[in-house]
Amino acid sequence: MIRRTFLASCIAAALAAGTAGCVDPRNQAHAVYMLVDTSGSYSQEAAKAQLIISYLLGTLQPGDSLAVARVKSRSFTEKDIVAKVTFDTRPTQANAQKRAFREKTGAFLDTVKGSVYTDITGGMIQGAEFLRETGAGRKTILIFSDMQEELDKVTIRDFPIDLKDIRVVAVNVTKLNTDNIDPRRYLGRLDAWGKRVKGAGAAEWRVINDLERLDAIFGRG
Amino acid sequence: MTMNNWLIWPESVVLSVLVLLLIAMILLYAARVPMHGLIRSLGQALGGSLRLAARWLFGAAEEMKRRNKEVLLAQGRRETGQRIEREFERLGILVKRDLQGYPVLQRRLLEEVTRIEEDYKKCGEVPPPPPDWVEAVAAVAQIKTGGGEVVQKILEEIKLTIERIHEKALAEYRTSFEERHDILESTMPYWRSVDQLLKQVDKKISGLQDGASAVDAQMVKYQQIAAKTEQAETNLTNSAFTQFTIATLVLAVALGGAFVNFKLIALPMSEMVGAADYITASLRTSEVAALVIILVEASMGLFLMESLRITHLFPRIAELSDRTRRRMIWISLVLLVTLAGIEAALALMRDMLIADKQALLQSLAAQQTVVSEGWVGRIPTAGQMILGFILPFALAFVAIPLESFIHSARTVSGVVLVNLVRALAFVLRVLSNLSRHASRVLLHFYDLVVVIPLMIEHLVKSVRFRDAEAKTPALDAPAPKSKSLLSGGRS
Repeated sequence: MIRRTFLASCIAAALAAGTAGCVDPRNQAHAVYMLVDTSGSYSQEAAKAQLIISYLLGTLQPGDSLAVARVKSRSFTEKDIVAKVTFDTRPTQANAQKRAFREKTGAFLDTVKGSVYTDITGGMIQGAEFLRETGAGRKTILIFSDMQEELDKVTIRDFPIDLKDIRVVAVNVTKLNTDNIDPRRYLGRLDAWGKRVKGAGAAEWRVINDLERLDAIFGRG
Repeated sequence: MTMNNWLIWPESVVLSVLVLLLIAMILLYAARVPMHGLIRSLGQALGGSLRLAARWLFGAAEEMKRRNKEVLLAQGRRETGQRIEREFERLGILVKRDLQGYPVLQRRLLEEVTRIEEDYKKCGEVPPPPPDWVEAVAAVAQIKTGGGEVVQKILEEIKLTIERIHEKALAEYRTSFEERHDILESTMPYWRSVDQLLKQVDKKISGLQDGASAVDAQMVKYQQIAAKTEQAETNLTNSAFTQFTIATLVLAVALGGAFVNFKLIALPMSEMVGAADYITASLRTSEVAALVIILVEASMGLFLMESLRITHLFPRIAELSDRTRRRMIWISLVLLVTLAGIEAALALMRDMLIADKQALLQSLAAQQTVVSEGWVGRIPTAGQMILGFILPFALAFVAIPLESFIHSARTVSGVVLVNLVRALAFVLRVLSNLSRHASRVLLHFYDLVVVIPLMIEHLVKSVRFRDAEAKTPALDAPAPKSKSLLSGGRS
């Protein structure tokens, strides 16, 4: 009798394990935090941001997470997150969530107003926090910006940040007028960001300027 | 450690090397006898071990072959016995069916023959009545006319009468023939009936003969197997290889079908069990669930085939009572139909999911929605649904090649294993010979290295022998043969 009970328990446990899955589903999930620069002249690039969001929505799978946040004068706050979602595991529900997400971000990008300063570091710290909370196996911060950080005198960002196991991808890094005069400024700026990000423990640092090669966002390029 | 450390006089390399070589040669010469023994022992130990292993493997291969033969013949005997039983059953059914109706057939045949006989008798040619009046005519003909008018008239009357009678007789004769022809004509259906009956008999007899021939052929095969002839073993092995190949091919095709089936239901299963659950790093729960459904379908098919006694993989099912077996048939069939229905629904859902995804991508790309193609666009959906419904039933038949595969795999793997063991034994045998020859080559090479001390030894021995000979000239004992320079014996 005891043996039968034990066998039945074993079978039930095996079935339960099979149903629930033996691997933590979040380990296989992908979380993306997209920072959209709304400062000064870069706010004109909003249409391109929508293109990237559409690409992300079309590529992310059920169970993945996505958040879009704006980069303002001070960006280390949840209030700057425009929209965030963790897609349902059922494909039909996930598709409905994607449609709603697109509408929400579309409305934001249509009415976006330029900010005075650009706090990219604050946005990255906020993004890293969000990504860690999702518990996803693969974490990516997408920075849609010219990577020119401008802070007011009060804001403090010159301290080490933690981006461990997070991929950081800068997208559509436009050249400023000063960059055109001296390209070393542009290259130096990207190099400095690369060093800072790598120094923060990021898994990867990448720059994608060609929007037709967005598949590189997920490391497939 | 550099090369210079080995040199006695680093400034004179050649001299140092020569001295070193000389020392090495002397040392090697001193160690010649134990080294020869060591090399010989090693060669013998290695060669002997390999030879022993090769012999053991050959023995094991023979033993395996003998066991394989026994199993193969037992299996062949059982299968042939079953076939003979089945042939006898068929023959019994044939005999029962045909010979049961044989008395009726015979009675019908006899009736037909009797009718034909009667008709034949009826239509026998009736000779015309004897012409009594011919004699009267002959008598009248002898009457001399004499020119009498009366006689003339009488004769004319007679002539007329005869002509009338002749015509009447002729008409009767014709009527009689017509009647006989009619009778003969009426026997035609009987002849046809007899012909058909005889054809039936011929067909049945041919069927019986074919059945008997099949039984004879199986009996010959059975006798060969019982006599354990080489021919029977070869035939059974060849048959097993053929079955194995065919079963493998069919199973490969079935695997292709299972793969298509899997592709049909893997995506919609993600809607049921979720697309984000993983069993391993790359294996989704939905994929495993789809695979489980396919395997359950295959299992139901297997049970159905077992219950129908088409396959015999589970003796327990074959031993069940007919009532229980019939219940099992129905349960398996109902489950199979249910699963097929679920698959058809999943195939429809797959199409809907793809359409939804497509619509989403189009909306994200801000493209115009493609207008539906009407009934043409529904063809793939219908095709998928039909495929989803049919494939489980097609998979059910996998049980038949699976049984052949399992049965023939025993023989095929046995033959392959025996050949592998033999090949290994052959390789070990070759290695054994190689090691023995290698030890001999090493011995000769060793002597070649110490050739100068050996030559000196030989020279000293010769001088000693000559001195000894000079001291004892009276002795006529045969002089001992000097050993070869390269001989392995101790000098």
